[in-house]
Amino acid sequence: MTTNPFDADRPPERQSRRGGGRRRGGGSGASSNDSNGSQAGRRRTDESVMVPEVSFDSYYGRHIVKPAPWEKEVAAYLFLGGVAGGSALLAAGGSALNYPALRRVGRLGAVAGAALGGAALAKDLGKPSRALNMMRTVKLTSPMSVGTWILTAFGGFSGVALASELGGILLDGGSGENPTGGSAVALLSRALKLADGPATVGSALFGAPLAAYTAVLLSDTATPTWHESYHELPLVFVSSANLASAGLALIAVPTSQNGPARKLAALSAVVELAAFEVMQHRMGATLSEPLRTGKAGKLLRLSRALTVGGAVGAVTLGSNRVVAAVSGLSLMAASALTRFGVFDAGIVSAIDPKYTVEPQRERLERRRAAGATHDSITTAR
Amino acid sequence: MDFWRNQLSGPTNPSVDAAWKDGEPRKGFFTDTSICIGCKACEVACKEWNAIPEDGLDMLSQSYDNTGALGASTWRHVAFVEQSSDRIEQARESGRRLVELGMPSLRSREGSDAVGAPGGSPLGTAATMPQTNGSLAVADVPALPDMRWLMSSDVCKHCTHAACLDVCPTGSLFRSEFGTVVVQDDICNGCGYCVAACPFGVIERRKGDEGHENGKQSHGISIRGSSSASVVDATTSTTQSVGSAHAANSGFANNGEVKNVGIAQKCTLCYDRLGDGQTPACAQACPTTSIKFGDLADMRAAAQERVAQLHGQGFTEARLYGADPNDGVGGTGSVFLLLDEPEVYGLPPDPRVTTADLPDMFRKAGYAALTMMAMAAAAFVRRRP
Ligand code: SF4
Ligand code: SF4
Ligand code: SF4
Repeated sequence: MTTNPFDADRPPERQSRRGGGRRRGGGSGASSNDSNGSQAGRRRTDESVMVPEVSFDSYYGRHIVKPAPWEKEVAAYLFLGGVAGGSALLAAGGSALNYPALRRVGRLGAVAGAALGGAALAKDLGKPSRALNMMRTVKLTSPMSVGTWILTAFGGFSGVALASELGGILLDGGSGENPTGGSAVALLSRALKLADGPATVGSALFGAPLAAYTAVLLSDTATPTWHESYHELPLVFVSSANLASAGLALIAVPTSQNGPARKLAALSAVVELAAFEVMQHRMGATLSEPLRTGKAGKLLRLSRALTVGGAVGAVTLGSNRVVAAVSGLSLMAASALTRFGVFDAGIVSAIDPKYTVEPQRERLERRRAAGATHDSITTAR
Repeated sequence: MDFWRNQLSGPTNPSVDAAWKDGEPRKGFFTDTSICIGCKACEVACKEWNAIPEDGLDMLSQSYDNTGALGASTWRHVAFVEQSSDRIEQARESGRRLVELGMPSLRSREGSDAVGAPGGSPLGTAATMPQTNGSLAVADVPALPDMRWLMSSDVCKHCTHAACLDVCPTGSLFRSEFGTVVVQDDICNGCGYCVAACPFGVIERRKGDEGHENGKQSHGISIRGSSSASVVDATTSTTQSVGSAHAANSGFANNGEVKNVGIAQKCTLCYDRLGDGQTPACAQACPTTSIKFGDLADMRAAAQERVAQLHGQGFTEARLYGADPNDGVGGTGSVFLLLDEPEVYGLPPDPRVTTADLPDMFRKAGYAALTMMAMAAAAFVRRRP
């Protein structure tokens, strides 16, 4: 290899990034080895050639897929949508089995979560003024479109349910007696009572999909860690939603009525922790790495600790008002951390080309080894 | 039922699937990188024709590539890769393995030499392939040059199964009668879903002074920098410093307004020109015919002929990218002839349209929703008197 005088005028070579030693050519197609022509560089190249499994090429270390241009608002929406969906279920249960405080808090949580979540989503748009364009079509191949309609229906039902709740307090003066006569107030009150049942049921029916679809929203992308987690991520998200809404109930509902919330917390904590483990296991070492390392890893570890602490607290000492509230708080925090952690891990996996190239290479080589020749995007003819 | 079978994956005719009754033949590109000279005429022509705003003037330390990557304001991007002879050898070797996949041996292809080289060096400039003229028909394996430049003009793939289009919630992205994928600027609300969904990292939201695209870069990284006057703060980077040189943006103030800020943008395959029977600006500007434009079927045929010719001359590093309708995106509308593995050029080695798994995802989410209801019900059960 020759070195010519012009090489001296080159810009400084980029340093390979952390872990860059695993990348053939310092993480770039035009490797530093090629241009400095030193013997040392050449040796390094040769070494990595001997272990081709752990090396991959990239174009100057740049990402291949683009990270979602979403900010914290979207992660916050994942959490808020969960609070809303879970709260609607608790409200329905509370309404059917006579836990009035639980019902009230659930209805409030459902509407507040949906409203705040919707606002967060609109704010994250590139053109918030066109937020309503989401509703110009129904598109089953777009989880975001499906989700928009779920959120809309959920918001409608939950709004009516909350109106009925407030109507009961305001219009009847809390007496519980049906106001008689034909006055507007009485008519409204009767209409709300009539709507109460259907609204509660509707809100509950759309609550679970609201909590579950956000997992599909993330998975239906080219972001490696989000996409490959699609088998278990919905289960993680619905459990996390249950934890958050149970947490809210533990904070706001008197201990005499928080029994269901305590049980829900315990149940959901077990399911979530298990689903998360299975998910990581299925994804394999490379793709689950962003979930275990860095900032996302920290958030998720903290989340698990809070989940365990909150659930144990809720189950054992949930009849104590203070312990119940503290447990509820930690469960809500745990749920938020799960969402932010998964969100962050996805972004990391999109930015580092390793997570795009290595798993794709692997599955490609596996198919080729099995003799498949005609399902690859790269062909010899 | 046939109509539905290949809506999410597999070979199909996308414009028919999009219910165009009397669509045109599907149009596409064949980008032959072996004759690209890296002049960037395509980049410039695209910018000019589509009036794409400036998006940073940087030196990126990436050979002659100071554009970086495809993005909202870069719809053609010429990649430059410098390789020494050992890398060329590897490329030739990996290409040979590819040729031998499902073929008894390379020898049987040598008859195709009759096609002949169109004169001159088949691979790149004379400087990169000095040894290869004349004696090609005899030379089994052309001599290895000391170094070579790979140059490749990348563009939106106009996938048969376009993830960007599938996930767009507003219907802003649509399938044209030419089988191409186009954004409607006046409908997109910048949700950014397409950005995350594209398996090739092509489409992007344009940055500027409105909404979320105001000011700092998303996640502290930049594919192309912000075109607003605000200086990008690279220290907000949440993760690795990928492209940090790039994020250190020119900080140029806009003179005048940037259009379509906050809107997803990408190559339209010059929808306006196609409608008028014209060639896309990039293909028209290409001085070497490295970018060929035409009916996709012809493009695939030309690509296959070209790769066979190069193989016949011993250049086993040549391979096609996107020519196979059985791949993960159902084949692309932009076929490439590459001289190394795709990831060297920043292309994914085995892309798969994410919506191919969507039915399964919705099924799993459905189970999860039922589980959630069951958990809630269970929480109430034992309290009943
Ligand atoms: S390459 Fe990306 S942006 Fe282009 S059509 Fe395919 S999915 Fe859409
Ligand atoms: S950003 Fe625009 S084009 Fe992309 S998915 Fe959203 S609405 Fe559709
Ligand atoms: S087809 Fe048109 S829009 Fe697409 S890259 Fe070429 S010039 Fe640009």
